[in-house]
Amino acid sequence: MHYNAGDTAWVLVSAALVLFMTPGLAFFYGGMVRSKNVLGMLMQNFATMAVVSLIWVFGAYSLAFGPDWGGFGLVGTLHFFGLAHSSQPVPGYTGAISQHIPPLAFVVFQMTFAIITPALITGSIADRVRFGPFLLFVALWSVLVYAPIAHWAFDPHGWLYRMGVEDFAGGTVVEINAGAAGLAIATVVGRRRGWPRSPMPPHNVPLTLMGAGILWFGWFGFNAGSALGANNLAAHAFINTNTAGAAGLLGWIAVEKLRGGKSTTLGAVSGAVAGLVAITPSCGFVDAVGAGVIGVAAGVVCSLAVSAKFRLGVDDSLDVGGVHLIGGVVGTLLIGLLGTMATNGSNGFFYGGGLGLLGRQGLAVLASGAFSFAMTWVIAKAIDKSVGLRMAPEDEFEGMDTALHAESAYDFGGSFLRSLGGGSMSNAQ
Amino acid sequence: MKLIVAIIKPFKLEDVRNALTKAGVVGMTVSEVQGYGRQSGHTEVYRGAEYQTSFVPKLKIELVVHDEISAEVVEAIVEAARTEKIGDGKVWVLGVEDLVRVRTGERGADAV
Amino acid sequence: MKLIVAIIKPFKLEDVRNALIRAGVVGMTVSEVQGYGRQSGHTEVYRGAEYQTNFVPKLKIEMVVPDEVSAEVVEAIVEAANTGKIGDGKVWILSVEDLVRVRTGERGAEAL
Repeated sequence: MHYNAGDTAWVLVSAALVLFMTPGLAFFYGGMVRSKNVLGMLMQNFATMAVVSLIWVFGAYSLAFGPDWGGFGLVGTLHFFGLAHSSQPVPGYTGAISQHIPPLAFVVFQMTFAIITPALITGSIADRVRFGPFLLFVALWSVLVYAPIAHWAFDPHGWLYRMGVEDFAGGTVVEINAGAAGLAIATVVGRRRGWPRSPMPPHNVPLTLMGAGILWFGWFGFNAGSALGANNLAAHAFINTNTAGAAGLLGWIAVEKLRGGKSTTLGAVSGAVAGLVAITPSCGFVDAVGAGVIGVAAGVVCSLAVSAKFRLGVDDSLDVGGVHLIGGVVGTLLIGLLGTMATNGSNGFFYGGGLGLLGRQGLAVLASGAFSFAMTWVIAKAIDKSVGLRMAPEDEFEGMDTALHAESAYDFGGSFLRSLGGGSMSNAQ
Repeated sequence: MKLIVAIIKPFKLEDVRNALTKAGVVGMTVSEVQGYGRQSGHTEVYRGAEYQTSFVPKLKIELVVHDEISAEVVEAIVEAARTEKIGDGKVWVLGVEDLVRVRTGERGADAV
Repeated sequence: MKLIVAIIKPFKLEDVRNALIRAGVVGMTVSEVQGYGRQSGHTEVYRGAEYQTNFVPKLKIEMVVPDEVSAEVVEAIVEAANTGKIGDGKVWILSVEDLVRVRTGERGAEAL
């Protein structure tokens, strides 16, 4: 087997870039929760990195990208369990899409996607879920929800892929999937105590901005890395990613201004993330104009969508539905209008391609969203009924940091009182 | 006039505020304090080292009211702040000799 | 002796301190508190959701002074802290039964 050194290097670097997005997401979310829950949020994200890393190697990768089971395009077999047979080429990637990288580079690159997708869900259930049952949820969800949808849309044998659905880097697999799952698990665990009556504003907006910066940086690996090579298509995806993030930022703050408010920093980075979400499925299929339109559309639509949770009465705490589900839908559908063969793939409606592609994209949106919502609801409900997913009310009031993890994030003066004899220290080990 | 001082559990502030509004009291001053009494604090663990805090976060509420309603206000605070668990706090009442509203210079009962 | 307690707007601290020095008062204790009265707080907006803060940051100043200057000191504080706008705060006066200077053990007016 001949591997291309440039392609391999780019995909390995991209894998590291995408893995870095999960700590970035942790800080993005961590700044938005109340100060008593910031460690709980960071912990869920970091622990997701650990759990999914192992699940991916032992089972989930094979279910997503192993030889198709029964030819239905629904799920792979366990052929690659424990990274067995890892010298064999990844099935389905032949002809124009044949890979020039070691299969293990593909395994680790895809692993980082499998990590950040359940990590995204943490935003919808902030401040109120027990730690152990959360880890159980992540493990089950990776196997039962992420792996199948990844097979559908990313694996050339998957039924959506075969149908001609275009999802370059995970509009369905990552964004719509996480968004729909977030709404489902939020309905199962219920609202935070006091929501929406009590104010729960972000406790550290600079932390959120830093996290957004890390996400934007890592997104180049996410999208341009999905070309699986250091080539012209990767460069298209790279510039389109940046264009859409920029347009999304401006779109969101423009809406804030037009609605009579001020341009906020949280709005700016939320818009950037919305634009980056929407360009994720489309970055390898549209041109510069398409990227700009998709970015600004996502910034505008998501800024309006985030208030829907108050009308729906669902405490999607950090707007996983409003940003990732809606942004993912915008980006996935707009391929049907703005896709162009000049970049890659098929022509969308505006480029003379008819409405067939838009229809296929719509079907992919519905299939991935509905499957994710339903399966997630069942998994969450099962965990809640058996071991219990929700924290005890007194723990929730105290905050996750001390109640679940015996730590506090910020110690402004607390140690001063302790040093006055107001406490004690001992070695617990 | 009386100065009423109450030390309460932080999560009871909302209840106390509502009770005070019902009792017709609109203003108060709140400060974050650390209490040390019969209630013990929480434990934090950093790389195996255990830190036991004895001081517990509390809120101190202060308000000046007319003599004739002070008993009733104290009652309202106590009722709203009570959880019947250790650490519910204390309320005390002091006599105020004079009071001035800074903006208008009104004095005494007029300034309440 | 009197204990004078003043709740003022934070940006007035410097003016009040200068006025107190002119009035011959050299010591005071300042703490950050949150006021809740006729003045309403500011509004913050996060992703379109508005948070109205009811509490307004204030400073609490405390000092013990001899009986005969207390009226004058109150006057000085009120004059220095006044902006004529809502939220200027209140000053109240309590009588102090005894006072001790920790370093020397002096008591009463001697300890002032």
